[in-house]
Amino acid sequence: MKPAGRRKREAGTAYLFLLPSLVGTGIFVLLPFLDVFRRSFLKAVGSGFVGWENYRQVLGNEAFLLAAGNTARFMAACLPILLSLSLCMAVLVRQMPVLQKWVKTGFLLPMAVPAASMVVFFRMLFDDKGWMNLLLQKMGLEGQGWLTSDHAFWVLVACYIWKNLGYDMILWLAGLGAIPEEQYEAAKVQGAGAWACFRYITLPQLKETLFVTALLSFVNAFRVFREACLLAGEYPHESIYMLQHLFNNWFVNLDIQKMTAAAVMLVVLTGGVLLVFQRSGFRET
Amino acid sequence: MEQKEESGMERSNGRDRRKQEAIQRGTGLIVCVFCFLTALPLLMLFADSLMGEQELLETCGAVLSGGEGQAGFSLFPLYPTLRAYLRLLLDSPEYFTAFWNAMFQTVGVLLGQLLVAVPAAWAFARFCFPGKKALWFLYMLLMILPFQVTMVSGYLVLNKVHLMDTHGAVILPGIFSALPVFILQKTFAGIPGEIIEAARIDGAGSVKIFLEIGIPLGKSGIFSILLLGFLEYWNAIEPPMTYLKTKSLWPLSLYLPQMANSETASAFAASVVTLLPATLLFFTGQENLEQGIVASGVERGKKEGQRSTDRFVSKGKGRGSAG
Repeated sequence: MKPAGRRKREAGTAYLFLLPSLVGTGIFVLLPFLDVFRRSFLKAVGSGFVGWENYRQVLGNEAFLLAAGNTARFMAACLPILLSLSLCMAVLVRQMPVLQKWVKTGFLLPMAVPAASMVVFFRMLFDDKGWMNLLLQKMGLEGQGWLTSDHAFWVLVACYIWKNLGYDMILWLAGLGAIPEEQYEAAKVQGAGAWACFRYITLPQLKETLFVTALLSFVNAFRVFREACLLAGEYPHESIYMLQHLFNNWFVNLDIQKMTAAAVMLVVLTGGVLLVFQRSGFRET
Repeated sequence: MEQKEESGMERSNGRDRRKQEAIQRGTGLIVCVFCFLTALPLLMLFADSLMGEQELLETCGAVLSGGEGQAGFSLFPLYPTLRAYLRLLLDSPEYFTAFWNAMFQTVGVLLGQLLVAVPAAWAFARFCFPGKKALWFLYMLLMILPFQVTMVSGYLVLNKVHLMDTHGAVILPGIFSALPVFILQKTFAGIPGEIIEAARIDGAGSVKIFLEIGIPLGKSGIFSILLLGFLEYWNAIEPPMTYLKTKSLWPLSLYLPQMANSETASAFAASVVTLLPATLLFFTGQENLEQGIVASGVERGKKEGQRSTDRFVSKGKGRGSAG
């Protein structure tokens, strides 16, 4: 055990190292957030206290319900697809020693590509008169309005998966690499096939990786707004009108009251989810 | 297998091996197809950027500048030319303003992060102090929250200190992002305690230990936060969109999509030039990037850290014997 004096000195040094970061975070995030919290209970003009009124307005707002529903639907659709597809790819990539580096590069590359550079390409692809419809017509099918109908949702899901497949694959590869090789050898000696090995050795030990990968994919899913906004503008088809669009439009109209209330709700919700995650899955040491 | 006296066991082994090889070839093919599909958009972007103006108008005019008829399609330009790049280079000063804006903002954020996030990560990795758990939770929460949630609070501050609509509005909040702290903490925590203990016994102070042991041994982690950071801020859309009104301050990521409408002819070349810095960095630092991704995986980073610890130990030993 360290003596109390030294422990105190250590804490002092630690805070010295932390100081720049804490001051900045305090100024740019924490203090203003307190202000946001205060404002969420106030009237827009003047400073009358209105209680939960702002919250009630947000929850009763049709655009909010649409946006929240879309965001939830987007998460529910893209997370399972991305997680399972990237796991499959990771398992397959691990088994090919020859081209592994190149394949990894290919999958990771979209991550390095700025959304803005791809906009021209995606517009050529998905426009009413674009390449997708050209292809469909060649095959004798009817063209679709990819960005002006419910298809827009799936176009966005595809963009998200394209962009994040490599990132998730690397996370899975790290998880797979941490499973000791001996376990597979022992199982093979006892006559287990490839599927049995995967089902009874790989999957159970990937649970932690799953938590992490899901969390990060969730975070990254919010970033799909870049593509959505660049592709379809500030008022896109209603199937991809997300919370991010709504916040943006509130901001443009300076609807601070609704924004503050919604921000507080999202922080509380995310904090709660994070707590549950920490309790159930992985504890920080 | 070539031996004449094959026992049944060996024969079945051979069959297994052949079957395994076939499976391996099959999976390889699937992966390569997927990989090709992922990289295809980039290849096509490059190909189209080499098209001449006339050819580009014929294939893409219908979509990009509202012309008549259908878009055409060709994988390779018929008459490849660099004219689009020349035009971009000589005739579009706005593009270069946007390019340098993006460079300035990205580099500004990264330099700031170096000064702020590196010591913070060191504190989280190597010290015990009261309130550490709560602070760590706070940083994790800040990392997860989407930009739109912190946008209001950011706006309130920037407005108060009159930084709205300046480069600072994008740079300053970016500096205090929590993600680099998070990734670096994993790297620093992987440095074995013995090295630091030894330095302390030799009489090195906390700052000296940080500068002479922490930073050199955490170099790969620092590279990966810079790399991930560059990719992130070069691609920044939301902060400049919310905090910058003046178009002459816009970074490329905002300016480029607008350009496609007005200057179709060089739109593809402009896109390629935009993605060039990011992809070049990506190719030079892919290893570090992968390490960064793994370290961003909250708990999993520890095992990776363990592995790099071995490297650190052998390095440390090497230095010890040299000194």
